[in-house]
Amino acid sequence: MSDAEDIPERRIHPARATLGRLFRHRLFVSGLFLFGIIAIMAAAAPFITDVDPNRLSMRNKFLPPGGAWTLGTDSFGRSLWSRVVWGAQLSMIIGASVVALNAVFGTLIGAAAGYFRRLDNALMRVNDALMAFPAILLAIAVTSVLGPSTLNVILALSIVYIPRTARIVRSSVIVLREMEYVQAAVAAGAGHWRILRHHILPNAVAPMIVQLSFLFAYAVLSEATLSFLGVGAVPPTPTWGNIMSEGRDFMREAPWIITIPGIVLMITVMGLNLLGDGLRDVLDPRLRIQQ
Amino acid sequence: MIRLATRSLLSAIPVLLIVSLISFGLMRLIPGDPAAAIAGISATPGQIAQLRQDLGLDEPLLVQLAQYYRGLFQGDFGRSLLLGKGVLAATAERLPVTIALALYALIITLIIGIGCGIIAALRQNSWVDQAAMMFAMIGISVPNFFLGLLMIILFAVKLGWLPSGGYVPFTENPWGWLQSTTMPAFSLALLQAGLLARITRSSMLEVLRQDYIRTARAKGLPGRSVILKHALSNALIPIVTVVGIIVSLLLSGAVVTEALFSLPGMGLLLTQAVLNRDYPMVQGGLLLVTAFLVSVNIAVDLLYAVLDPRVRYE
Repeated sequence: MSDAEDIPERRIHPARATLGRLFRHRLFVSGLFLFGIIAIMAAAAPFITDVDPNRLSMRNKFLPPGGAWTLGTDSFGRSLWSRVVWGAQLSMIIGASVVALNAVFGTLIGAAAGYFRRLDNALMRVNDALMAFPAILLAIAVTSVLGPSTLNVILALSIVYIPRTARIVRSSVIVLREMEYVQAAVAAGAGHWRILRHHILPNAVAPMIVQLSFLFAYAVLSEATLSFLGVGAVPPTPTWGNIMSEGRDFMREAPWIITIPGIVLMITVMGLNLLGDGLRDVLDPRLRIQQ
Repeated sequence: MIRLATRSLLSAIPVLLIVSLISFGLMRLIPGDPAAAIAGISATPGQIAQLRQDLGLDEPLLVQLAQYYRGLFQGDFGRSLLLGKGVLAATAERLPVTIALALYALIITLIIGIGCGIIAALRQNSWVDQAAMMFAMIGISVPNFFLGLLMIILFAVKLGWLPSGGYVPFTENPWGWLQSTTMPAFSLALLQAGLLARITRSSMLEVLRQDYIRTARAKGLPGRSVILKHALSNALIPIVTVVGIIVSLLLSGAVVTEALFSLPGMGLLLTQAVLNRDYPMVQGGLLLVTAFLVSVNIAVDLLYAVLDPRVRYE
C-alpha cells in the first residue's frame, strides 16, 4: 500500500463539508423544503396575491376554497389566500427579528456571564428569574403593558427568549474557557476581546445555530398564540393567529377559515423543527438523539 | 437530603426577589400615565386622579416599592379592579381549575410520551419507531390552540360528543368535569407528549446499550423483566428532570387552552385581566403563578434527588 505522502491531497473546505453533510441529511432537507415554501410565499407576497388582504366584499363572504378566490373568503368576504400569504410575511418578519435580537443579545449576555466570572452570578440570577415566568404569560403581560403592535410583539418575545439563548451560549463558553488552547492564548498575552472573538465564540456558534432554528419555530408559534388571544398585531393586519381567532365564530359554516391558516402555521413550525433536528445532528453531534 | 432541600429553597429566594421586582416594574413601564391607561379613554381627570391615588401611583417610586413589599409580606398582592376583590382570593379561586387541568394533561403526556418513547426505542429503526417519531414531530409542531379548534370542530360541532366549552367543577360532578376537560387536556398535552417521546426514546436507547442490560439478558432473564426492571427504572431518571419543564410548559399553555375552551382558570383570569387593563391583577397574578411554578420545580429537584443517589451526595 502507498504511504501517506502518495495520497493526493484533497482539501475540502470544512464549511463545504458541513454543507454537504447537511444536504445529505433527510430531516434537514425535508425541513428546508417545508420552511422554504412558506418563506418564498412570504417574500413573494406582493406578486402572488392580487387582492388587498383587507378589501371587503360582503357579497362574497364565506366562499369555500377552490374557484376564483383560491382559498375562499372569510366573514367579511376578504380573500383568505391574500390574508394567509400576508400573514406569512408578518410571521417571518417577527420570527426573523426575534432570532436576530436573540443572536446579538443572547450572545452578548451569555458570553459575558460565561467568560467573566464576576458577572456570572448577577446575570444568571436575572436570567433565572425571567425564565421562571411561564413564557406565554410573560409575553402577554409585556405586550399588554407596551400596547399591542408588531414591534411590541417582537420585543416581548425577545424578552422571553433571550435568557434561554444566553443560557446556552454561557454553557458552551464556560467549557471553552477552560480549554488548553484558550489558556495558551491567555499565556501568549491575548486580551479578553481577542480571546472571546477569535477563540471562544467561533466554537460556540454551532449549538447557537441549532438553538436559533428552534427559536424561530417558538417565535412563530408564540406570535400566532398572542394574536389569537388578541394581544398581537392589531387587526385588520392579517396574522395567522387573528385570522383563526376571527374564524372561531363561524366554525360551523366556514371551518376553512381556521383550518387553512392552522395548517400553514403547522407546516412552518414543522419545517423549522425538522431543520433544527438536522442542524443539531450535523453541527452538534453531542446533542444528537440517537438514530 | 435536608441540606439539599435547604439549599434549593435558599436559591429560590433571589429568583423570587427578582421576579417580584419585574412584576412591580411591569406596571410602571406603561408608556405615559399608567393611571390614565388603566382608567381608559372615557375616564374623567378626576377619576384618573382617584385611581392614581388608590393604586398609590402618586407616591415616589421608592415609597411605592416599600409599600409593595410590605403588602407582599402581609399576603396582600393587590386588588383586582375588574373583579373588585383581592388578587390572592381570585387566584385561590381560579388556580385549582388550572392545576386540575395541568395534572390531567400531565397524566396524558406521561402515558403517551413515555409509551411512545419506549416502544420506539425497543423497535429502533423499524416502521413502529418511525411512526412514533413522526407522531412526536407532529405533536411538537401543532399549536395547541389549533389542535383544540380542530377537536372542537370534530367532537363538539360535527359529532356532538363533548361540550365545546364551559366548566363543571370536579367536586360537583366528576363525570361532568371529565367531559368538560378532556378536550382541553388532550389538546394541551400533545406538544409535551411529543417532546417527552423524543427524550424517552433517546434515554432508553442510551440505557439499552449498557453492559448491565447485556448481562441481565445473558443470564437468561425474560425480556419483559429486563426492560421493565433494569432498563426503565434507569431510563426514567433523566425524564424526571424534564417533568419540571413539562409542568411549566403545561401551565403556560393552559393560558391559551383556557381562553379557547372558556375554562375559568388562572389563564383565562389573566388573559381577561390583560384585555381589560386590570394591571394590579396582572402584576399580582403573574407573581403568584411564577412563585407556584418555582415551588413545583423545587419539588421536582428533590424528587430527582430521591430517585438518584448520585445527585444526593454530590
